[in-house]
Amino acid sequence: MGKPVVAATGIHKHFGALHVLKGVDLLVHERELVFVIGPSGSGKSTLLRCLNRLEEPSSGSIVVDGIDMLDRRTDINHARTRIGMVFQSFNLYPHMTALGNVTLALRRVGGKSKAEAEALGHAALARVGLADRALHHPAQLSGGQQQRVAIARAIALEPLVMLFDEPTSALDPELVGSVLGVMRELRESGMTMVVVSHEMGFARAAADRVVFMDHGLIVEQGTPAAIFETPQEARTQAFIGQIQRH
Amino acid sequence: MTPSWDRFLDTFFNAKVLAKYLPDIIDGVGVTIELALLVVASGLAAGLALAVIRSFGLRAVNLLIIFVVDVFRALPPLVIIVLIYFGLPNLDIVPSGFVSTWMSLALVLMAFSEEIFWSGITSVARGQWEAARSTGLSFAQTLFHVVLPQALRITIPPLTNRTIAITKGTALGSVVAVTEILGQASSAVSNSYNPSPLTLGAAAYVILFLPVVVLGRWVERKYAWKR
Repeated sequence: MGKPVVAATGIHKHFGALHVLKGVDLLVHERELVFVIGPSGSGKSTLLRCLNRLEEPSSGSIVVDGIDMLDRRTDINHARTRIGMVFQSFNLYPHMTALGNVTLALRRVGGKSKAEAEALGHAALARVGLADRALHHPAQLSGGQQQRVAIARAIALEPLVMLFDEPTSALDPELVGSVLGVMRELRESGMTMVVVSHEMGFARAAADRVVFMDHGLIVEQGTPAAIFETPQEARTQAFIGQIQRH
Repeated sequence: MTPSWDRFLDTFFNAKVLAKYLPDIIDGVGVTIELALLVVASGLAAGLALAVIRSFGLRAVNLLIIFVVDVFRALPPLVIIVLIYFGLPNLDIVPSGFVSTWMSLALVLMAFSEEIFWSGITSVARGQWEAARSTGLSFAQTLFHVVLPQALRITIPPLTNRTIAITKGTALGSVVAVTEILGQASSAVSNSYNPSPLTLGAAAYVILFLPVVVLGRWVERKYAWKR
């Protein structure tokens, strides 16, 4: 196992009276794909969003590649360029082309020239199989294509780790495959990934570790085989039983 | 005495009076256009600036913005014009009627457009902020490159309507001796003892604003349904 890239310790998150994360520890090593599953409301998306501080944890510590994400002196904008994130609803900028979506941060945060940024942008779009869609606007692309542009936007910044927040949940079934294909390619290239998703088939095939969360806590974690075939905890067994009935 | 067709014509379409005062009305059109452009440019710029400042979420600043905006939305524009024109000289600031009207209408347009720009900014999906921030863009970069371009597009239809409505208020300047269209027409009426110049004035407003209203409707349609 490689060195730890993400080290989250004792993460608590309150939304008003709601205690969403109740002391979560998560360690993600270099080149590892960690798959987070759990019922809705279990806190898995919130955990993911705490890792790049889209949500401010109420307490705990988050270190990404040795950088303390919660330290006030940390340049959070620079730190975030090293953590790619992909959202359930794509969140592409509708007023920009696919290429514009990918190059915005390269230029404004990465300080690249227009030409450099566009070269990197074209390369990233080619990597997700959309070289010929660079000048299309999001509205002209299918959901699957939009999500691949969103992945290109994140990987163009050459992040150390990629966070996927239910990347295929908003897609029509026939479009899921293209996005999972890109994720599989990323995985094979050695990208460190944390994936919150319901694609259990993908988890079995690609995950190094599956983490099961419920009620704001990690209940159980292990290899896909261990979690899916021989879960130890009653809550894990119930959840796995539920999803396998479908 | 029953009103007759001749009397009607003499009252509103007296040819001699029309010919005599046409140049004055044309001068008035020039003043109205100048005033309108100044009001639109400064009012919208100030409104956008306030909306941008408001989006930074500083509580005290925002309460002040909301207060100022609500006051200028509540006050009739004429009241503001009169306050500035007759009030400020007591502080040894003596604005002309033109400046008083410009400032008043600009403040009113600022107030209304701030609310429209602000609702545009808040209507941009949270996910847009999150996506941009997750790639390392700062708050300000996200606002200017991602959120504002989308917000402005949404605001174009309501903004066009409101801008036209307030720009027509330039006629209020006639109360404080601004020689815009209505001002010119009113003094022509006093000098000629005949209301025909008002017809000219009305025609000038229609010629001036009808194309703007039509353009506004076109803009509204063009931007309304695409989202």
